[in-house]
Amino acid sequence: MSVRRRLSGLVALTMLASSSMAGAAGSLTEAIVREAFATATPEEWRDRLAQDDAQALCSQHRNQPPPEVAAQILESQRATVRLPEDGRLMGDWRAGEKLAGIGTGGHIGRIQPDPPGRAKGGNCYACHVMAPGEVAAGNIGPTLTGYGRLRGNTPEMQRYTYEKIHNAQAFFPCSHMPRFGHNGWLSPKEIADLVAFLLDPESSVNAGR
Amino acid sequence: MTWRMRGLAAGGVLAAAVTVSVVAAATEAEDHAADEIRRYRQMLEDGNPAELMEMKGEALWREARGPKGASLEACDLGLGPGVVAGAYAQLPRFFADTGRVQDTESRLVSCMVALQGFASAEATRDWYRPGSDLEALVTYVATQSKGAPIRVPVSHPEEARLLAAGGELFFRRSGPLDFSCATCHSQDQRRIRLQDLPNFLNPADARASMVTWPAYRVSQSAVWTMERRLIDCVRQMRWPEPAFGSEAIVALQVWLQHQGEGGELQSPGIKR
Ligand code: HEC
Ligand code: HEC
Repeated sequence: MSVRRRLSGLVALTMLASSSMAGAAGSLTEAIVREAFATATPEEWRDRLAQDDAQALCSQHRNQPPPEVAAQILESQRATVRLPEDGRLMGDWRAGEKLAGIGTGGHIGRIQPDPPGRAKGGNCYACHVMAPGEVAAGNIGPTLTGYGRLRGNTPEMQRYTYEKIHNAQAFFPCSHMPRFGHNGWLSPKEIADLVAFLLDPESSVNAGR
Repeated sequence: MTWRMRGLAAGGVLAAAVTVSVVAAATEAEDHAADEIRRYRQMLEDGNPAELMEMKGEALWREARGPKGASLEACDLGLGPGVVAGAYAQLPRFFADTGRVQDTESRLVSCMVALQGFASAEATRDWYRPGSDLEALVTYVATQSKGAPIRVPVSHPEEARLLAAGGELFFRRSGPLDFSCATCHSQDQRRIRLQDLPNFLNPADARASMVTWPAYRVSQSAVWTMERRLIDCVRQMRWPEPAFGSEAIVALQVWLQHQGEGGELQSPGIKR
């Protein structure tokens, strides 16, 4: 889709950009990375090692960008945000709940790859406490229990939440949270389902269980 | 920095507002973790299954094998030919004969090639499978460092280069989930689901972790070496698989061991 096309264009572009901007130490590391993965096949797997601007800058600044770099990342990431074509920001919260718990998908390599076609999830529970009934929840990110109950589900909140899941760095440069929509990991429909999981008053995030 | 603080503050407000349900969830989560720990303790009393690998490794070390029909007893692990005691605590390090900084895994392979005449493809074939010869040899070698403080040399220019590269690699983000090692291992007291994550920027955490490798993993019914552990973290990052003994994997180990410097080895460990 269009997101994917944008992404591969971006990757090609910034492979050039990052090598010029990362400086001497960075290019040492890049040579080491190239060598380590030279035998990884198929070759397209190695695309996952290319860095876009935000990845290169966040690596270089160890996720603590100085204010001017933070502003630059914020601006470039805001420009990538796309709302769904059908305008639906809230989908089915139960589908979202399911996605939040799926941690498989996208594992590659010869030792333990996912079987082809394995569903990719959002794996939000890896990092967030969400529905209080799910105890196996991580804490790299803030707790999201009661998120919609506390913050409402106005059009503005729907839009913020959609955009946040689409590209967390459009709000928080170098966030640890993956840019799920921007990177083409989750589809617009899947993101809308996750928005509903967070905002729908009926959802287990807000209603408890 | 300000961004991070703003995000954390927002999280804090939200957390405070929903204390009741979250405390309940967290308590249950802690119970789960406590159960798991009780299970390990029990296993420890019954003996660490890694001890079988240690015995297998010692036998492999002494046995005349390979096209040259030689044992590994003359292998130089950094402290001189045949010196095993304390060697693991000072690996990875630079070796003049190969011109490379090597970890325990790749150094053992060099010895299998040079002393025993194995082809390197043969020495590394299926090394990551549970019960492999290499896994056993690493377990044996590491166990002979029990009680020794971790102290990797970084004075050779190649060692210094890999130490710097390892520190950079730790923060290198790429792939469809924007992950780097730092995503999961750069803050205190974090968990992925219920799994505790060491913060390798914190020396106390780094020491506590690094002294326990190689480790028997209950969930895998196998001993994992540090290379095996790191390759699995790279897999979780959705990156491709780094080559065995590659500089990237060795550099990360130099940096991790350096972060854990001074920790007294307790190998083999036992883990989830
Ligand atoms: C690797 C860890 C990680 C994963 C996985 C993750 N997040 Fe996050 N998330 C974070 C962190 C860290 C923050 C706080 C920093 C920020 O705002 O970006 C955050 C912030 C958020 C926020 C903003 C909260 C607020 O107070 O405004 C929302 C909403 C959110 N995450 C939703 C999700 C959803 C939905 C998923 C699953 C699709 C998800 N996250 C997966 C780490 C993660
Ligand atoms: C997506 C999260 C994630 C990322 C990214 C990640 N790890 Fe891990 N790491 C884990 C988990 C989960 C464990 C296992 C914890 C457990 O089993 O209790 C672990 C365990 C480890 C351990 C062993 C800790 C111990 O003593 O049990 C080391 C060392 C380690 N990781 C290093 C790294 C390095 C180096 C990188 C980057 C190449 C990395 N990790 C990237 C999640 C991650």
